[in-house]
This record gives sequence, structure tokens and C-alpha cells, in this order.
Amino acid sequence: MSTDEKKFTVLDLLDLDLKEQNALDLRCIGGRKGLSREITTPDLNRPGLALSGYYDSFAWNRLQIFGRGENAYLKMLDEAGRTDNLQKLFAYPMPCCIFTHNLSPGKSFFAAAEAGDCPVLQTDLTSSEFSSRVIRVLSDIFAPQTTIHGVLLEVYGIGLLLTGDSGVGKSETALELIERGHRLVADDVVDIRCVNGSTLMGQGANKVIGHHMEIRGLGIINVTHLFGVGAIRDKKQIQLVCGLEEWDSNKVYDRIGTEELTTEILGVRIAKLEIPVKPGRNIPIIIETAAMNERLKKMGYHSAKEFNQNVLRWLESENARALYFNRDDYL
Amino acid sequence: MTELTVSIKNRAGIHARPAALIVQTASKFGSSIWLEKGSDRINAKSIMGIITLGASFGTPLRILAEGKDEEAAAAAIQALFEARFEED
Repeated sequence: MSTDEKKFTVLDLLDLDLKEQNALDLRCIGGRKGLSREITTPDLNRPGLALSGYYDSFAWNRLQIFGRGENAYLKMLDEAGRTDNLQKLFAYPMPCCIFTHNLSPGKSFFAAAEAGDCPVLQTDLTSSEFSSRVIRVLSDIFAPQTTIHGVLLEVYGIGLLLTGDSGVGKSETALELIERGHRLVADDVVDIRCVNGSTLMGQGANKVIGHHMEIRGLGIINVTHLFGVGAIRDKKQIQLVCGLEEWDSNKVYDRIGTEELTTEILGVRIAKLEIPVKPGRNIPIIIETAAMNERLKKMGYHSAKEFNQNVLRWLESENARALYFNRDDYL
Repeated sequence: MTELTVSIKNRAGIHARPAALIVQTASKFGSSIWLEKGSDRINAKSIMGIITLGASFGTPLRILAEGKDEEAAAAAIQALFEARFEED
């Protein structure tokens, strides 16, 4: 497991490959020298008060969003020739200034931005739409993150993480599951992010090597080419962890399933099954069944608990009958 | 062949959890172990079998064990019944 602290710069924000309703439509219109500035928080600020000269508690370390109101005020300052305030603003090392509605500030603003090495960006989106998108994108980037050695699959719609020591047969099990029509998300190294504080999203650590698998005896195979695009998926929420381990005859394995094991990843509790592996046990079928059982549990039907309740009810009625007939003839 | 008679002392009878306990204990021994209720005899290493017996509170059962460690096995199973399967 590792949590790497990579710098996220304004240039990285511009380079993000986001689609459709996530697109930020950003371009740089000034202050290019400052594109290497780091974004350290996923928060935004509307710098209205700062522009009017009030700098107490100015959140300079956030992305500065300039909407119609700020732009109109800037225009007024420009026409009145009051640029001293801009010098003050750019004395703060803000990560960047972003103009929404395709707005563009006056020359004095650009001059001050260049002088202060602060990048000026522009977007077509409205302020509120841009704000909600950028918060979504940044909170994803700033989410707690870890990597786990395992295989992430989607089995009957359940995000299932296979873990276990090397050589226990994770990749072979995954291959059989893919062959049976389930989907591969990531093999070997799974990148996990905790979004919204309670959801674990898993994906491959690297887009370039994504959806390849290493199978002993075969080498590297390309799952997309071999099984088709239907056999892969980019991202999936992790809902169940299956730990594969060599069968240990001294260890007690769960035989009923009323006690629920969990494991913790990034502070989120997640259901876990320990599945012992030994020759003759068809692990892919067991895992398929585990995924279906998990779906059943999520729908509110817990097989093991329901079964035991029926048994208890039955035993109770036997009890009552024995009393009624005052039977003493069991043996 | 070792034979012991026990009766069920926990209120709920033998449901899934006690059955699992019996199976776990029985599996530690090499001997063949059975439980008998009336004329029904089942393997004490099968969870579903034990539950199917429908052994409720007060039911007398016979523990049968055959093999090298039969006495220890029967005693261990008997101890579970005496301890009310750690219930109540």
C-alpha cells in the first residue's frame, strides 16, 4: 500500500481528460509562466471582497473564480484607472484566476497577472456549473488514495476485489470469470480512491498497461483484444472483497455465513469473504455465487440468517408439540 | 464404539450456530462420529444433517463414535452440550 503525494499543478488541471458533463472547457489566456503553480486544496473562492480592497481572511490559496459580477467590477476599476488594488491582489500567490461565461478582463488585469506570474484561465461554462464540476473533479483528485495488490472485477454488477498471496491463483480465477462473461477492471495493481468519505472507487493504476493480464505459462495477454470491449470496465465501486488463501486444515472456515467479516480500506468498512483454495474446488463458481449472494443481501434477503430463523421457528414448534403430547418416547 | 447420551440444555435447540460448533469439534477427530435422535442417525460432521435432526430443547440424543480417538471425540461433543453451546 502506498499514498503518493504528487503535486497537482494548474497545467495538470488544464490537461485533465474529462468528457461530456465533466468537461471543464478550460484554456489559458494569460500568465503562462505561472502554469506550474500547485493547486493545494479542492476549494473555490469568489474574490469580490478582495477586489474591493478587503483582504482579511482572503482565501488566496484556492482557485479564484471571476464571474459576471467580479468582471463588471474589474471593468469599473479599469475605467476609473484604479489598478493599485490589482497589484495587491497579485501579491498573493494564488494558484490561478478563472473567468467564467467566456469573459475576459481588461489589459491592466493581464499586465498585473503577468507581473505576478499568476495564470489566467477562461471557460465557456456559467459560474455555478463550473463550480460544481470543478469541485467534483478536484475532490476526486484530492480523495484519499491507496494501491492494493489484487484483481478488481465486476461480477453480476458487484465490484469484487480478489486478494491473496502471489501464486494462489487470482489471475487464473479472474480469467475464468472473464471467460464466463464478467468484466475486468484492473489486474495486479488496483488504485483505490475514497470518494464522498464512504465510497471506494477502484481502477487500474495506469491507463497504458490497463486491461492486460499476466498468466503464468502464457505471459502477458490483452483482455480487450481477446475477449472484446464488453469484457472490460474502467472504474468500479468496490463492494466485496474475496481473499483467496491456501486451504489450511487447522483453520476454521465459515460454514454458515451468519457472521459477517469485514475489512477496512481507507477507513471504509467493506464485506469480506475468506475463500480457501484447494484442488477440486471451483473457485470462479464460488465467487460468482458470492457475488449473487451479496446482491441478494443488498436487496434485503440474507440467506443464512433467514435459514436459521426458519430452523429456530421449527425447533420452537417441535418444542411446543412435545409439551402438548407430553412425549417421552424420543429414545 | 463409544456411546454417550446427552440432552439439549439450551432453550433454542440445535440451530445453525450450535450445529457449526458440533461440526467444527467433530472435524478435529479422525473417528467417525454420529448423532442419533430416536431412529434417525446422521453424520456429526455434516451441518445440514445436524440441523435436519430438529433437536429442540430437552430432546435426548445419543453420541456415537468409532475410531482411534473415539472416547476423546465423544467426550468433546458431550462437553458442548453440557456448556449449552455457550448460549443462554
